[in-house]
Amino acid sequence: MSNFEISREDNKEITVLKLHGYLDAHTAREFEQSLANVIKEQRFKIVVSLENLKYISSAGLGVFMGFIEEVRKKGGDIKIAQPSPKVYKVFDLLGFPNLYEFYDQLETALKAFEKTQQPGK
Amino acid sequence: MPRKTKTTKKSRALYRLNLPAHSENLHVIRKFVSEIASNLGFDEEAMYQIELAVDEACTNVIKHAYRNDQQSEKIIKITLKVKEDRLIIIVADKGCGFNPAAIKSPDMEKYIKKGKRGGLGLHLIKSLMDEVSFRMKPGVRNEVIMVKKRKG
Repeated sequence: MSNFEISREDNKEITVLKLHGYLDAHTAREFEQSLANVIKEQRFKIVVSLENLKYISSAGLGVFMGFIEEVRKKGGDIKIAQPSPKVYKVFDLLGFPNLYEFYDQLETALKAFEKTQQPGK
Repeated sequence: MPRKTKTTKKSRALYRLNLPAHSENLHVIRKFVSEIASNLGFDEEAMYQIELAVDEACTNVIKHAYRNDQQSEKIIKITLKVKEDRLIIIVADKGCGFNPAAIKSPDMEKYIKKGKRGGLGLHLIKSLMDEVSFRMKPGVRNEVIMVKKRKG
């Protein structure tokens, strides 16, 4: 029985990865693989939705850290949406809010990319 | 030399869990610890902190303690000692141990630049628990000892 699942939605240039369940050192591999696949497809605008994520350990945070530099170098970003308060607390303890953009709503995370896509608008 | 242990305050209860040091067991470990913490009356936030701290200590054992060892049985031993005023959790292994003094607070910006992803566990444990100490006897028994105070 798996206690972690990822679903993916491609929305024009933006890829949304939705994490479900428990993200720990065991399940982090699956997340890492999904993120690597997205990047391999040259898709660098990524939103990770944590709405259904019940738990995260530092192994899960490590996955975000492993890819962000590469993604930003390619003009993209990994934005984090809808973390529950207890999941957000873990990011906060490790100083992530200074390094990543967090959004309460998926919509606003997606919109944040639109702004950078169409600076003239 | 045998060590005398003080028994001024008796343990009210003792729980042990020994299991293979494999990441698929992290889920089992968290269940075990959080059920006990819940029974002891810790609130949801404290339960989550305890669960996460123990997960991090066990993840370190799984990732690092036995990495150069193909011989011995790779086991994690978790002990919970319930005292009047606190819960003591010991995560022990027989692996290579580490030097706790050599572990610094992570510089996150530098980590990200390098794509580095480990080394956060101990830092988290220290921020989640009231007290953290270490006892290292490589190949014999290495312990991470964590204390969470009980309100009362």
